[in-house]
Amino acid sequence: MPVTETRVKAAKLSRQQYLDLYYYMRLNREVEATMTRLFRQNKIVGGLYASLGQEAISIGTSYALEKRDWLAPMIRNIGALLVKGVPPRDIFTQHMAKYTSPTKGKDGTSHFGDLENLHIISPISMLGDLIPVMTGVAMAGRYLGQKIVTMTWIGDGGSSTGVFHEGLNLAASQKAALVLILENNQWAYSTPVRRQVPLENLADRAKAYGISSYIVDGNDVVAVYSTAKEAVERARAGDGPILIEAKTFRRQGHAQHDPAEYVPKEQRAYWEKRDPITLYEKFLTEDKLLDAKGKKEIEYRIAALLDKEREFAENSPMPPPELASEGVYCTGPECHNLQPKWERPVDELLPPKSCVKPVWTVAGFGSGTASSGGTAPIHFGDVAAANAEKPSALTKRSGKPAARLAKKPASKKSSRKGGR
Amino acid sequence: MAPITFLEAIRQAMFEEMAADPRVVLIGEDVGVYGGAFKTSEGLLEKFGWERVIDTPISESAIIGAACGMSYLGLRPIAEMQFIDFIACCFNQLTNFVAKGHYLWNAPAPMVVRGPSGGGVHGGPFHSANPEMYFLHTPGFKIVYPSTPYDAKGLLKASIRDNNPVLFFEHKFLYRRIKEEIPAADYTVPLGKAIVRREGKHLTILSYAAMMHVSLEAAEALAKDGIEAEVIDLRTLMPIDEETILNSVKKTNKCLVVHEDTKTGGIAGEIAAILSEKAFHDLDGPLVRVTSLDTPVPYAPTLEEAFLPNAQKVFTAAKDLARF
Repeated sequence: MPVTETRVKAAKLSRQQYLDLYYYMRLNREVEATMTRLFRQNKIVGGLYASLGQEAISIGTSYALEKRDWLAPMIRNIGALLVKGVPPRDIFTQHMAKYTSPTKGKDGTSHFGDLENLHIISPISMLGDLIPVMTGVAMAGRYLGQKIVTMTWIGDGGSSTGVFHEGLNLAASQKAALVLILENNQWAYSTPVRRQVPLENLADRAKAYGISSYIVDGNDVVAVYSTAKEAVERARAGDGPILIEAKTFRRQGHAQHDPAEYVPKEQRAYWEKRDPITLYEKFLTEDKLLDAKGKKEIEYRIAALLDKEREFAENSPMPPPELASEGVYCTGPECHNLQPKWERPVDELLPPKSCVKPVWTVAGFGSGTASSGGTAPIHFGDVAAANAEKPSALTKRSGKPAARLAKKPASKKSSRKGGR
Repeated sequence: MAPITFLEAIRQAMFEEMAADPRVVLIGEDVGVYGGAFKTSEGLLEKFGWERVIDTPISESAIIGAACGMSYLGLRPIAEMQFIDFIACCFNQLTNFVAKGHYLWNAPAPMVVRGPSGGGVHGGPFHSANPEMYFLHTPGFKIVYPSTPYDAKGLLKASIRDNNPVLFFEHKFLYRRIKEEIPAADYTVPLGKAIVRREGKHLTILSYAAMMHVSLEAAEALAKDGIEAEVIDLRTLMPIDEETILNSVKKTNKCLVVHEDTKTGGIAGEIAAILSEKAFHDLDGPLVRVTSLDTPVPYAPTLEEAFLPNAQKVFTAAKDLARF
C-alpha cells in the first residue's frame, strides 16, 4: 500500500548548493518585486500573479531536477523557470508583451516554453491540463530510452479539475516518471481549501491512484528540496508518479487587482511570520553558511542583474502589428526541426523485434502492484490466466471487495447484454 | 491488388507509417489488445508491441494531453477517439492547448486525432456526431474528412507526416460499405486539395465524406434530366481548397453544398461567405444548402432518415437551383 511520507531526512547539500537555493529564492522574490513596480507604473500589459511567500516551493522542487529533465510551470512558479535557466529578461518581456519576449508578445506571464534546450513546456490557464501533457512527455522519454523525469505543479484549487484525475490516473497506470507538486496555498482565488475539498491532506488524493505521496512544509526550502530530490530519484528509478503536497499560504491576492480581504487576519499574520526566506536566512546564519557580507554580495548581484534585465525589457519594442496573423500553422520543413533523441537502439521498436506474442505478462509495466500487494499482470488472449483473475481467485488474495462482486449473479449481466 | 474497404485503408495507413517510422505511436481506448472498437488497429499491437500501441483508461483529455506531450519529444502520435463524439470530452485540451501551441510558443504538435464519425448507422445522439465545425472555428487545426478508401489511406499518411495537429474524421457508414482498389506502393494525398469527382457545367455540388456518395447518386439522376452537375469532394475542410471551389463555380455559376453536419454553423455557411466575397458576380442563383436538421441525431430509423440528407433531397434542391 502506498504511504504518505511526512518526514524525509534532510538532504546533505554542499555549501554552494545551500547558497544556490538562497540566491534563487531571493532572485524569485526580487523579480516579482520588480514586476510589481512595473505594474504600478502601468508597464505590465495584463495581470500580475505573485508567489510571495511560496518561493521555497518553486525553488526547492525544481532544484532537484537535472538539466535533461522537463518541467511545466504554473502561474506562481517563476522561480522554477529561473532555476531551469530562464533569464529574468524573458519574464519581464513576457509580462510587458514585448517583441523580444519568448512568445514575441503573443502571450504573457510565464506562458512560454523551450523544447530544444531548457526542456520547458508552456502552461495554459486551464488548470490541470499540464498533468497529462507531462505524463506524455515522460512516456515519450521512456520510449526514447531517455532517463528523464517530468515535473509540474498544481494548486489546491486545480486539484479539483477533471483533468487532474485523468492525468494522474493515466500517469499511474503508465508508471510515468512524473513528479506532481501540489502547492496547497489554502486559497483558490477567494475560496478556502476547506470549502473545496473535504480532506485534511490533499496528498490523500494520491491513494486513489495507488501512488506514493509526500507532505512537506512548503516554507522550508531544505525540506522541500529533500523531498523533491527523493521523489525525483524514485520517479527516475521507475517508482513514479509521485505526488508531493507542499503546505503554504498565498500572501497576496489571486492577482494584483485582488486585495484578498476575505483572508482572516490571524491566518495571514501566522504565515507572514513564517516567511520562507527569513526562515532560511536564520538557518544559513546559524549554520555559518551565510554572513552579512555574503548576503550583501548576493543582494548586489541580483540588483545589478535585474537592473540590466529590466532595462532591456523596457527598451524593447512592442511586436509589429503584422505579426498578429503569422504562425498559426507550422509551414515548411524548417519550422519543425524537432527530432527525437534516441538513447536506445531504434530497431528494438520496429518489427520483427517489436513483435509481441499474443499472450504475455509485462513485468514492471502496467502490471504494477495491486492494492492487495499482489501483482496484477496484464493478459491477452490467455484464457487460463484470464479465468484465474476472476473473482474467486481475487477473493482469496484480497478479500472483501472482490467477494462482493462475485456474489452478483453473472447471468443477469449476460442476459442484459444479450438483449441489446 | 484486391479492393479494400475504407476501414482497411485506415489500418494500412497506420500500419505502414508505423513500420516505416518509429516516431509514430498509437494511443487510445482499446486500440491494442482489442484492435480498436471498429478493428482499425487490428494486428498493430502484435506487430509493434505495447510501447507503440498504447491502451489507455477511459480518459479522452488524458489521451490528447499525453499525445501532445509525446509530440514535444519528437514523436508523431496518433490518438484515437473510440467514437468521435467523445472528442467533446477533450475539447479544452485540444482547442486551448494543442491548437494554440505553434502560434503562441513555437511548439507545433505533430499529432493526429482520428476516430469514427457520422450517422446513418442508427448510433443515436451520442455515437453519430459530425463535430468538425467545433474545430474549424479554432485556428491551429487541419481538418480532414475523406470519402474513399484511396483518399483515406493517402490523407491519413499525409496527416501523420504533417507538422500540425490534424483532426481526421472517418465516416463510419463508409467503413465497410465501400471498397476500392488502391496502389500497392506508398502514396499520400496532399492536405488542402479538393478533387472534382464528376465534371459538369450546370451547377456545382460541394460535399465530403458520406454525403459525397449521396451527391454523386443525385448527380446521376440529374444527368437523366439533362442537368450536368459538377461534383467536388472537399476532402480537407481546413485548409479549404478555395481555388478548386472558385474555378468550378465560375464555370457553373451555381453552387449547392451538401453536408451531413447540421445546418446552422455548418461549412456551407462558410462557403457561402467565401463565394460572396470572391465570386459574387459569377453567381446566378443563391447558394443552396442540403444538410442535416438543426437537431441532435435521433435514434429511430424513421427519424434519422428524416434528419439526414439523401439523394432525393439533393436532387430536388439541385432541380430548384438549376432553374435560376
